[in-house]
Amino acid sequence: MSIWEYANPKKFSATVTPIIPWAFALGLGGLAVGLIWGFFFTPDDYRQGATVKIIYLHVPSAFLAINAWLMMLVTSLIWVVRRHHVSALAAKAAAPVGVVMTVMALATGAIWGQPIWGTWWAWDPRLTSFLILFLFYLGYIALWEAIPDPDTAADLTSILCIVGSVFALLSRYAAVYWAQGLHQPASLSLDAEENVADVFWQPLVLCMVAFGILFVALVLLRTRTEIAKRRIAALEARARRSEVRV
Amino acid sequence: MPDLGPYAVPVLAAYAVSLSLFAVIVLSSWRSWIKVKRQLKEVEKNGES
Repeated sequence: MSIWEYANPKKFSATVTPIIPWAFALGLGGLAVGLIWGFFFTPDDYRQGATVKIIYLHVPSAFLAINAWLMMLVTSLIWVVRRHHVSALAAKAAAPVGVVMTVMALATGAIWGQPIWGTWWAWDPRLTSFLILFLFYLGYIALWEAIPDPDTAADLTSILCIVGSVFALLSRYAAVYWAQGLHQPASLSLDAEENVADVFWQPLVLCMVAFGILFVALVLLRTRTEIAKRRIAALEARARRSEVRV
Repeated sequence: MPDLGPYAVPVLAAYAVSLSLFAVIVLSSWRSWIKVKRQLKEVEKNGES
């Protein structure tokens, strides 16, 4: 069995249909447990007080905002190289979810920044690269909507996605290698010395996993919707052709 | 309810904004699927008849 079998839209839809409700249930359940744990059962931070509770929303949404774009990059490259329609539609389906994650990260960051930094916004490398990533998301969605031919739209959005990946990666590493702004380095790292305390880390990891599962569930659902829209367009075009012949 | 002290407004605002955004994307995605599924059924039925 090969992964490319799922490039067949019919097989993809049939495979994901039973997975989607379970993924939603698991993601929403995990998110509820993670947020209740973090909100009600973790202490305040010794410097940031109760604002630390925003971490359970801010870090997972920022993580997904970047990784949604990287997922779109992979599926766009698959489209460019192998011309599988499902991969182009998966990239299209992920973009609105990525926008929501980016808005969530920017909004929770601003709300968190105001009491801690004394400002809603600063032209800090990480914040600025995130804002540019948000604009790339909007441009990507607008480009899909602006081009009537789906294959041309997939080609051009793939190019935009490759260019925008620079900003996705910049958003990820700006706070690490460009340490001149207000934003702290990454809260989670493979280096144990840089991680947040265990009491915050455990519910945070649960929230990140739940966000990830919900992202997968949303992308599968939206990709299935895009496949169905494509089939409607094909059937309507066929019906119009047969009417013309008659 | 934990005592959020002087940070009650920002913390609750962050949760309200995030959960609302989540609700919007989840509900709009499901609504869109239900609508498209119904349209597909109609188009397929019309194609058969």
